[in-house]
Amino acid sequence: MSTTTAADNRRKAPRGERVADWADGRLGIYSLAKTNMRKIFPDHWSFMLGEVALYSFIIIILTGVYLTLFFVPSMSEVEYHGSYVPMHGIRMSEAYASTLDISFDVRGGLLIRQIHHWAALVFLAAMFVHMMRVFFTGAFRKPREVNWLFGFLLFVLGMFTGFTGYSLPDDLLSGTGVRFMEGAILSVPVVGTYLSMFLFGGEFPGHDVIPRFFSIHVLLLPGIMLGLLVAHLILVFYHKHTQFPGAGKTNKNVVGMPLLPVYMAKAGGFFFLVFGVIAALSALFTINPIWALGPYRADQVSTGAQPDWYMGFSEGLIRAMPGWEVVLPGGYTLALGVFVPLMVFPLVLAAIAVYPFIESWVTGDKREHHILDRPRNHPVRTGIGAAWISWYLVMLIGGGNDLFAIHFHLSINAVTWFVRIAFFVVPVLVFIATKRICLGLQRRDRDKVLHGRESGIIKRLPHGEFVEVHEPLSQEQLHTLTQHEQRKPLEAGPEVDENGVKRKVPRVQKLRAKLSRGFYGENTQIPKATPEEFKEISSGHGHH
Amino acid sequence: MKKLSARRRHPLAALVVLLFALAATGGLYAAFAPADKAEAEPVAQSLAIEEGKKLYAVGCASCHGTGGQGTTDGPSLVGVGSAAVDFQVGTGRMPLQQPGAQAPDKPNVYTQAEIDQLAAYIASLGPGPVTPTEEQYSPEGADIANGGELFRTNCAQCHNFTGQGGALTEGKYAPDLEDVDPKHIYEAMQTGPQNMPSFPDQVLPEQEKQDIIAYLDTVNSEDSETPGGFALGGFGPVTEGLFAWTFGLGAMIVVAIWVAARTAKAKKS
Amino acid sequence: MSQTGSNKDVSEEHLPSARATEHDGTVEAAGNPFADPGLPPHEHRVQDIDERAAKRSERTVALLFTVSMLATVAFIASYVIFPIDKIIYVFPVGHVSALNFSLGLTLGVALFCIGAGAVHWARTLMSDVEVADERHPIEAEPEVKAKVMADFRQGAAESAIGRRKLIRNTMFGALAMVPLSGVVLLRDLGPLPEDKLRHTLWEKGKLLVNQNTNEPLRPEDVVVGSLTFAKPEGLEDDAHDFQSEIAKAALMIVRIQPEDIKDKRELDWSHEGIVAFSKICTHVGCPVSLYEQQTHHVLCPCHQSTFDLTDGARVIFGPAGHALPQLRIGVNKDGYLEALGDFTEPVGPSFWERG
Repeated sequence: MSTTTAADNRRKAPRGERVADWADGRLGIYSLAKTNMRKIFPDHWSFMLGEVALYSFIIIILTGVYLTLFFVPSMSEVEYHGSYVPMHGIRMSEAYASTLDISFDVRGGLLIRQIHHWAALVFLAAMFVHMMRVFFTGAFRKPREVNWLFGFLLFVLGMFTGFTGYSLPDDLLSGTGVRFMEGAILSVPVVGTYLSMFLFGGEFPGHDVIPRFFSIHVLLLPGIMLGLLVAHLILVFYHKHTQFPGAGKTNKNVVGMPLLPVYMAKAGGFFFLVFGVIAALSALFTINPIWALGPYRADQVSTGAQPDWYMGFSEGLIRAMPGWEVVLPGGYTLALGVFVPLMVFPLVLAAIAVYPFIESWVTGDKREHHILDRPRNHPVRTGIGAAWISWYLVMLIGGGNDLFAIHFHLSINAVTWFVRIAFFVVPVLVFIATKRICLGLQRRDRDKVLHGRESGIIKRLPHGEFVEVHEPLSQEQLHTLTQHEQRKPLEAGPEVDENGVKRKVPRVQKLRAKLSRGFYGENTQIPKATPEEFKEISSGHGHH
Repeated sequence: MKKLSARRRHPLAALVVLLFALAATGGLYAAFAPADKAEAEPVAQSLAIEEGKKLYAVGCASCHGTGGQGTTDGPSLVGVGSAAVDFQVGTGRMPLQQPGAQAPDKPNVYTQAEIDQLAAYIASLGPGPVTPTEEQYSPEGADIANGGELFRTNCAQCHNFTGQGGALTEGKYAPDLEDVDPKHIYEAMQTGPQNMPSFPDQVLPEQEKQDIIAYLDTVNSEDSETPGGFALGGFGPVTEGLFAWTFGLGAMIVVAIWVAARTAKAKKS
Repeated sequence: MSQTGSNKDVSEEHLPSARATEHDGTVEAAGNPFADPGLPPHEHRVQDIDERAAKRSERTVALLFTVSMLATVAFIASYVIFPIDKIIYVFPVGHVSALNFSLGLTLGVALFCIGAGAVHWARTLMSDVEVADERHPIEAEPEVKAKVMADFRQGAAESAIGRRKLIRNTMFGALAMVPLSGVVLLRDLGPLPEDKLRHTLWEKGKLLVNQNTNEPLRPEDVVVGSLTFAKPEGLEDDAHDFQSEIAKAALMIVRIQPEDIKDKRELDWSHEGIVAFSKICTHVGCPVSLYEQQTHHVLCPCHQSTFDLTDGARVIFGPAGHALPQLRIGVNKDGYLEALGDFTEPVGPSFWERG
């Protein structure tokens, strides 16, 4: 500090610097800025998907706080006498009435509601594609497994925050969703009825569920999510961003633009772009017009009752499930038609969440990875990811089976049967197809490296032969196409030890070796071009 | 041409071809798709029942039997009343074009006068619901809010919150009610066409039917107000989710590509 | 940015030759055609070499920021000008709220232009020289790890937690028990289930009241092919527990020709073919009521469970596990339909104790 005082004597520091000095003396901001102010971020559009999610989350919080100023989370019944004529005199809960007021009596309230809801749909969609980007490029590998889990938890919590928020207006659509949840809880063996009574404060629907969902929706879940989000971002900074392979990009560096000023402007600007797009969407397209749906009544229902898209796959599970029900000896009922989907629901999500750990165990890879995989160079992983997405999509179709039936003039029973079969068949087919496509692309890369790019220019040689001119690739491209490593499967270890005695290989080891062969064994990669092959071909004269 | 052939192998060439192919297929489909054409049949008029009987013999008897007694191809029409005829023929559901899960509405081939003659003939076979008068079905002065409540209790389970329609079993469906003539809505409730149950006056009095018609007129017509913006068909979360993915996230990705792309370099001079 | 000092002046002048030497570490064995050529030399944008182009960019950015300001002014103006209930027709969007439409668009433009201005500024005027930052392994050096482990062992030893097992065990016990208070406090979230799910408001002699008219139903009101919804006599819409009661008691009434009824008990419990079934789906409790009057099938709109009303409401498709409960009905001396008792089994979704 003494040096600062000495400097002060010589000249008066600018005002901003003095503020910064003050803050540094208390918060140590200079040390923080030293490592972070010029932090490098690589440029790629797919690296901004997570930012879309982040910014939608901020938008949701901003608009959500505004909505709490007017929303009344109460199930007390009132008779409506607000501005919306087609509801005059209808009995409804205060939650529904206050949502009508937000839409029709608070200026701009409708806009904020629509921004809140559109942003929620975009938030979940952006998290989903962000997660898939990370998956297919292998960005979840060491050291980022923990951050993968944080991201995954954010997605799952986002789903439930969305579900509770969707339920708050207490309209006929969301109330049907809550009823479904009650039925699902009741199906839990042994404790189902108790859980249901405790959640609803008695019998469905009771008078407690909306206020309880309200505190879960505005306090509990967003609080946890905010914490996870901060941790997620700290880890992104700490690990530094991954990058795609390319000239000058190694596992030991990160190439891109500095945070100050370029990313400050780009990322900061992107927030406004995302917000602007969502605001414009909300001006032009209505979402969840609760005034058209009516207040919830337990004896009313509408066709086409679906949850928001992120819960759609669970809806598909439950719609496709056959109605199995078992009465056990002693008079206990197992409602498998509900309980099985309820159990498959977390399994679907867990299947993708645990993949990084399975992959690192199977491949025995303990190194840090900062260069992303091109999806084609890891056909098995890419196949598994594509299969999972197709699985998810099949369930989404199941969740909208009635709308698919009516709009494509199909029988709803046929659509349901399609989903039942596709649930098992489609992922397998997609896995096989994706793996083959990846291998095809690897072959193409190999050809491109060895023979150059087909230019489409046909040349006639002096002796009359026609050939297509192949343009050789630049060294940059050659490097990009050949930098990936080709892995070998793990071995379970020799059957006999060095003394010739038969060694017992643990079953887990055998399984691991077998899986590893599946990942890296035969038919999982095309040998990449070697420098020797390349030299041999390019020293020759044929460019056929 | 040389330029074209040189770019044929461009990495993006496949995408361009695909886009062209999609546009071409769509265009061809639009050009050749069968347009719905109404075939008008000029038929002379005379005494209502007599004429109706003649019309019946031409257009209906093959399925419903010569005396309206019904055959294996069509139900008996004895006692269905003139309201049922007015609905079925007036909305074009009858005569049936082809057997299927259910008779769809289509441009109607009879004039109102001919329909009235047919109705008079069918009504003469046995007593049934009578074609309503305008006084009965007019939504004027009806209670819209009550209509909404009644609609959600009695109708929304099949026809959706605002009457956009919905699926039933085995390919059957409840149709969209947008801009359906109030008379036809009234008749449908009265007679229960096809698999729709009827809602006779003892169960749903005339005044309540009018309330329902008034509600539909408010929420599901071409002029219905959608304060929040374009309604995306009114099908709820499925279309909203689809829209959020395609247009919402699509717009975000387009913007992200712009943000992340390198700025064009100065050309080497 | 912690790397070589020679990188400091890259934005001034960035010569390809200087670049190549910088990255020679990554060029592997000489002559490897696939070797990493290192970062490509920086190429200038138009704005870097042409001041007029840079000025143009500057004006574009400033214009975008100005448009944003104007849009905010327009937002405030719309807020003041348009009454909240004004509906305007906008092609092709439809008849929309003027306020929502104008506020949303102006807000969208105001925000979008700030973002577009900032990004355009970054893309055209800020340095676009790519720089490389070094990574450091996340794992600690062995010395660091050794030091941490030693510190930890020292701390553990000083606390004597390993030696004084009594302290350790009782502490764990206390910590494990104290959250139980929180769990106990959750007890009053709701009552115990007891037999609440087994009973509805229906009982012997209760009239079946038409939901639409609030009048008790008579047999002649219910004709073949019609659909009627009923609630128990005495349950008013403004009752405090109306929702919870109607959620169990809602009734669906249809009339089927007695000779079409296949199930004997169904026929016995009907009145001249008038059958009353619970409207609440046995799957997860949606009100089933998509009644197809020709097939007498009832479909649930939520998950497509289909019940055959001519055969004891047996499940013929979908995820429901058992038939819809039937209410036994008859006619009282005044000629009104009445219940002959409560449902004999719980209505709605299955649960463990259902039996």
